[in-house]
Amino acid sequence: MMLSIKDLHASIDGKEILKGLNLDIKPGEVHAIMGPNGAGKSTLGYVLSGRDGYEADSGTAQFNGADLFDLEVEERAQAGLFLAFQYPVEIPGVSNMEFMKESVNAIREKRGDDPLSASEFLKKAKEACKQVDLPLAFLKRGVNEGFSGGEKKRNEIMQMILLEPNLCILDESDSGLDVDALQVVANGVNSQRDGKRSFIVVTHYQRLLDYIEPDYVHILADGKIVKSGDASLAKEVEKTGYAWLGAKAEEADA
Amino acid sequence: MSEQIEQAIARKYDAGFVSEVESDTFAVGLDESVIRRISAMKNEPEWMLEWRLKAYRSWLKMDEPDWAHVDYPKIDFQSISYYSAPKSMKDKPKSLDEVDPELLRTYEKLGIPLHEQEMLAGVAVDAVFDSVSVVTTFRAKLEEAGVIFCPISEAIQKYPDLVKKYLGTVVPQRDNYFAALNSAVFTDGSFVYIPKGTRCPMELSTYFRINELNTGQFERTLIVAEEGSYVSYLEGCTAPQRDENQLHAAVVELVAMDDSEIKYSTVQNWYPGDENGKGGIYNFVTKRGLAETNAKISWTQVETGSAITWKYPSCILKGDNSVGEFYSVALTRGRQQADTGTKMIHMGKNTRSTIISKGISAGHSSNAYRGLVRMGPNADGARNFTECDSLLIGDKCGAHTFPYIESRNPSAIVEHEATTSKVSDDQLFLCRQRGLDPEKAVSMIVNGFCKEVFKELPMEFAVEAGKLLEISLEGSVG
Ligand SMILES: Nc1ncnc2c1ncn2[C@@H]1O[C@H](COP(=O)(O)OP(=O)(O)O)[C@@H](O)[C@H]1O
Ligand SMILES: [Mg+2]
Repeated sequence: MMLSIKDLHASIDGKEILKGLNLDIKPGEVHAIMGPNGAGKSTLGYVLSGRDGYEADSGTAQFNGADLFDLEVEERAQAGLFLAFQYPVEIPGVSNMEFMKESVNAIREKRGDDPLSASEFLKKAKEACKQVDLPLAFLKRGVNEGFSGGEKKRNEIMQMILLEPNLCILDESDSGLDVDALQVVANGVNSQRDGKRSFIVVTHYQRLLDYIEPDYVHILADGKIVKSGDASLAKEVEKTGYAWLGAKAEEADA
Repeated sequence: MSEQIEQAIARKYDAGFVSEVESDTFAVGLDESVIRRISAMKNEPEWMLEWRLKAYRSWLKMDEPDWAHVDYPKIDFQSISYYSAPKSMKDKPKSLDEVDPELLRTYEKLGIPLHEQEMLAGVAVDAVFDSVSVVTTFRAKLEEAGVIFCPISEAIQKYPDLVKKYLGTVVPQRDNYFAALNSAVFTDGSFVYIPKGTRCPMELSTYFRINELNTGQFERTLIVAEEGSYVSYLEGCTAPQRDENQLHAAVVELVAMDDSEIKYSTVQNWYPGDENGKGGIYNFVTKRGLAETNAKISWTQVETGSAITWKYPSCILKGDNSVGEFYSVALTRGRQQADTGTKMIHMGKNTRSTIISKGISAGHSSNAYRGLVRMGPNADGARNFTECDSLLIGDKCGAHTFPYIESRNPSAIVEHEATTSKVSDDQLFLCRQRGLDPEKAVSMIVNGFCKEVFKELPMEFAVEAGKLLEISLEGSVG
């Protein structure tokens, strides 16, 4: 098992958001998580990646045999957990290039690999840049500095490609994208599917799943996975929306 | 999060060692006889002594300024020693081979190798240890180009006419309290003279080191760039870690004649005191340049040290079309206090000035930018652009901006932009999620914030400045 989440509860500011969530992901699998706004999808990504203020109250998460909640944020990243942000933040004055080179080498160091030289890294970065259809000038620009929404999302995928993680959590990497950009993001993801790397694809809409075919689809509502199925579940959601969940979630609560 | 960041910037001072060098140090105290002794130690001509005494008499009548946004107990000027020299300097060394090896080791430890073959390619160094200049390297090569780069004490002997002509013309003896004190008791510093039409063939650099206990360092630097010449000059400063406060009151004067350019960079890392504010250097410095027609003066400073900094490198843009620039990074942490900025005095027509100030405050520190832009009545078409950015790390520090604008010419344009930002949780989380530890993350974010200033530094020193910030921000994270 790549990731095994058991009965996860988490609250933010005293309010319980995740209310007993279970999820198992094997190497190479793609799991889509769908659900209405406010269901706790981003919260799940933050709890797994260890963001301050998003600690688990109870429950466990095993990641490649290690207890995820025992690790610092950067240790989880170094162990191969990657989160593509729903709202990527800007770091003015720090070039994408510099940022990614430091990151890649920090992770390589932990794995016992030699750091990449400037020219080795540049070569990889240029390829990744092309893969997500960003002009090379983006390598020199400050991290997300003045990027459009779509450029930010593509930049996240570029980082994912460069960091070669084991588990990628994509938090609404499709929101705000036109069809072309959506295709670019999906191609970026599909290029990284190698039978070993696993993905959690969080999305509000079914649209992205036309391009990234998931092995499983889960519906997250009110802090729990209320329904799981194969790719056809996403199609069902597209037709019926999330309205039916209201009653169901309350039911589950009671 | 602020707790975490605060731990990430817990202090560590690498240059805090004390050197075992035997010294001749004056007893503490200041009166006319002390000034006469300093002058005699340096074998100075009569005019120099008179100049000092005049400054001293003015100083006695002046009051210590209290307008800066800094807070410190009154300095007892009678508890300071005004002269200290390593014993071995009595018979001044003619070459590096004759320099006390302990002194050389001191500079090596600081990362400033004085052996020419080991030096940063093409940088001439003058090293000032306590009150005297230890050694100036690369002299012959500079002499070939007609450039004079030597300790000011030596210039007073060898080039009295030049020194007499320019000393005190930009910063008069009675300019301010600390400048007057410096004029009375200055012990050494560098003198640079670039002849007409000459491009100085290498970077010039001076390293200042305060070693002795209870000594003040009062260095005086004078740089004269004749018509159409160019020079880039860098100063670096460190001091041992001591519980007592030490005073550093320097004066730097720049004279840029028509069509010349002087680029003056500072990397200041005096001991800042401990986390409770014990010890550290009081850095009260007067730096000013005078630019004649079409001349350009650029001040770039990276200030990470000192318990208290009081410093406003300024440009008097006297000649038409002259240009003044000020690029500054000032980082304060622990209990450090900095009140720093610049003055751009536009006198000539079409004079232009640019001010980019980056203040970074962490811990319980206080960081103030104080800048004056004055457009004189004849400054037709003059322009200033000021950008003043503050970055806060944690929530116990303070940043303040005091811009003063005086315009007496309606055709002059003054633009001012100011921002305050924080190293945010989001930024820190992004960095850590990408595998960077919090220290690295903070130092990277801070470096990015300073980029506009670092790119103004000479290449080698930009790297050094980045590392210095990193060390300054180093600590453990819980
Ligand atoms: N930082 C926060 N402070 C307080 N409440 C929060 C915070 N972040 C998220 N929430 C709340 O947690 C719930 C789940 O949010 P989120 O995980 O962002 O949902 P989703 O990503 O599924 O739209 C929402 O009710 C939201 O308002
Ligand atoms: Mg969300």
